[in-house]
Amino acid sequence: MEKLLEIVKLSVHYHAKDKIVKAVENVGLTVNEGEIVGLVGESGCGKSTLALSIMRLIDPPGSIYGEIRWRGRNLLNIHEKEMQKVRGEEISMVFQDPFSSLNPVFRVGDQIAEVFRYHKGSSRRQSWQKAAELLDLVHIKDPKQRARDYPHQFSGGMRQRVSVAMAYAMNPKLLIADEPTTALDVTMQKAILELLKELKTTMLFISHNIALVAGLCSRIYVMQAGRIVEEGSSAEIINSPKDPYTAKLVSSYKEINLEANRSQ
Amino acid sequence: MTRYIFKRLLQLIPLLIGITIITFFVMHLAPGDPTALYADPNVKPEELIRIRANWGLDKPVPVQYFLWLKNAAKLDFGTSYISGKPVVEEIFERLPATVLLMGLSFFLILLISIPAGVISAVRKGSVFDNAFTIVSFVFMSIPSFWLALVLMLIFSLKLEWFPPFGNIVLPCATMVISGLAGITRYQRASMLEVLNQEYIKVARAKGLPERVVIYKHALRNALIPIVTLLGLTLPDLFGGAFIIETIFAWPGMGRLGVSAIFSRNYPVIMGITIFTAVLIVLGNLLADVGYAIVDPRIRYAKKE
Amino acid sequence: MLKRNKLALFGLIILCSLSIAAVLAPVIAPYDPSEIMENEIQRPTVKHFFGTDDLGRDILSRVLYGGRISLSVAVVAVLVALTIGILIGAISGYYGGILDEIIMRFTDVMLSFPSIFLILAIQSMLTPNIYNVMIVIGATSWMGIARLVRGEFLALKEREFVEAARAIGASNMRIIFRHILPNSLAPIIVAATLGMAGAILTESALSFLGLGVQPPTPSWGNMLMDSQTYLLDAPWMAIIPGLFIVMAVLSLYFVGEALRERLNPKE
Repeated sequence: MEKLLEIVKLSVHYHAKDKIVKAVENVGLTVNEGEIVGLVGESGCGKSTLALSIMRLIDPPGSIYGEIRWRGRNLLNIHEKEMQKVRGEEISMVFQDPFSSLNPVFRVGDQIAEVFRYHKGSSRRQSWQKAAELLDLVHIKDPKQRARDYPHQFSGGMRQRVSVAMAYAMNPKLLIADEPTTALDVTMQKAILELLKELKTTMLFISHNIALVAGLCSRIYVMQAGRIVEEGSSAEIINSPKDPYTAKLVSSYKEINLEANRSQ
Repeated sequence: MTRYIFKRLLQLIPLLIGITIITFFVMHLAPGDPTALYADPNVKPEELIRIRANWGLDKPVPVQYFLWLKNAAKLDFGTSYISGKPVVEEIFERLPATVLLMGLSFFLILLISIPAGVISAVRKGSVFDNAFTIVSFVFMSIPSFWLALVLMLIFSLKLEWFPPFGNIVLPCATMVISGLAGITRYQRASMLEVLNQEYIKVARAKGLPERVVIYKHALRNALIPIVTLLGLTLPDLFGGAFIIETIFAWPGMGRLGVSAIFSRNYPVIMGITIFTAVLIVLGNLLADVGYAIVDPRIRYAKKE
Repeated sequence: MLKRNKLALFGLIILCSLSIAAVLAPVIAPYDPSEIMENEIQRPTVKHFFGTDDLGRDILSRVLYGGRISLSVAVVAVLVALTIGILIGAISGYYGGILDEIIMRFTDVMLSFPSIFLILAIQSMLTPNIYNVMIVIGATSWMGIARLVRGEFLALKEREFVEAARAIGASNMRIIFRHILPNSLAPIIVAATLGMAGAILTESALSFLGLGVQPPTPSWGNMLMDSQTYLLDAPWMAIIPGLFIVMAVLSLYFVGEALRERLNPKE
């Protein structure tokens, strides 16, 4: 099993006037091929920042320190043009808010198609074809027609499917899902989770909901205030949490936990 | 979208009525005989009788208003003191010159401000951005009539490149310099707001080249409000036109208006006030319709 | 960011200098602004630092006294606009409903007029003097403030402190003026600063056309009135007052922008 992603001593610092905000501090994290790894923590603990730093999408005044080893090479050292090849093609991301992740002025099909146009150089016809296929894959009815629609013509759940389609387009080696269901209602949540499972892609699943994470992932990292406080298999984390923070997270979802375990 | 346009058309009506009421009310602040509002009071007695009947000057004011509305619908605003011609005729004679000046100026303003605003936003905080911001502020602080005088001094009188009167270059330059700053800042703000949106980050996450992110994804969104700019800047463009046309003796509606003010030519003053207000309202409507066309969220209805 | 602070500081210094000069004009002006001192126009010399105008009056003195006039017109005009705008905006935003609709339509109507021409039209029917200039400018520039205040009231009237005030029996008037209004001061102050800048520009345009402050009282605008005739021979007649206008307006813009950035919730 190939070690796809190895994050070593990663820190993300934001420099403001005379303060430094340490959003991520000294984080180590590994994702192996075929795994679904969970990253859990409450809002503001830095998990989204961590995700964005893997994609090297941290804007100034933020700076990234440490190493992000992807299939052997350190992503922090490569040229931006090379990183653009990695993004969307080898590693891609599904964002949290379906209402703001899609560009409102372009058709949904166009937004999926452009991934092919810019990564593979496909023609307009080919890429739209693939876009329709992808929409079908994520269970959107009438994919060919719907591809010509604009984001505001879809519900939240369907927009999130489109986001998944965009992320899955080039069959990435790693899919980062940053709170993909948080902004959706419960029925939609299940559907999206099912969809992600269907894709069988190696995934880094980020959420504040430990029950969700435990139900989906084989290994879990627990994050607090920018640091990893515990890691282990989901069984270990749920049944015998070592860190007090982890224990708190676990106990607050105890009821739902039992349900989640039963339904597996 | 048709619903949106229809709604806007309906909103037009109270606006137009409001404009006529305000103008009518304000014009009646004029001292003296109300006949003066419709024609030169020194006309032949027979004319006076006709005028008094046509505009209902013996009737109570509200009735006068409705009679006036009736006449206005026929585009009858009385006759000018100076030329004796109907006010509408005077205005329409001068309108093309003003439209030419304002149109050309607006076009040039857009040509310069859009790229300037976009680049300022993309390179926020850079030397270009800071320099342009300061220059914008300075331009905004210059009274347009003073700028007109200065340009006239330098380019007409000292350098003799252009004649001081009747030529379009200097008035246009004055309007463009005056209007540039506001629109550049507006465009910059619009672009900055778009660049902050989540979907821009998503576009980068898809591995798209930065130029595609900026010039396809961001720009298309940032340009949408430009259409409404026409509506926003129209009052200022008109305002500038009045003074600039006067200084450079440009034979447009603005110059007509100002000279009417000086000669207390009330029918013309009233006519131009209404006319420009209506043009502004129509301009706003056009801008909103344009917006509806350009923004897919309004153009295409929701489906679920 | 630092640049903004420097600009604001620059603006503040200029603004204070101009204000102090305006207030102290009678003390620091070298000559009487209406005194005809020379037979012909003088270029700037040591005796007349900014030269004289076509009537032989010292421009420096006139520009100082003119500043008094122009700045005070701007201040009063903005106060008038604030009074009207705050009242209208507060009532519209607080009471909402049909009243709000009607008031907003009225505001839209007023915004449809090119204000310069409307002001000119009104002035042409009155005998222009400094007082009606102040009022007319204020009466045609309240709309932006009204919209602003309305927005603030719409947002704030649902907040808890308003509920609390109502619970202890405060009257609507009291709630508007003692509770909500003080919390909306920030954008009003910004609007007032920018409004002053606009008022200076408007007054100068009016006076330039002869429908504002009447000579012999000097204002920066009416000093430019006769300058067009002498543009080539005595350019300083046009340049000096204009520069003062630009400096005043520019400094107000810098200060206004800095205030806007400071008083807005930080990002």
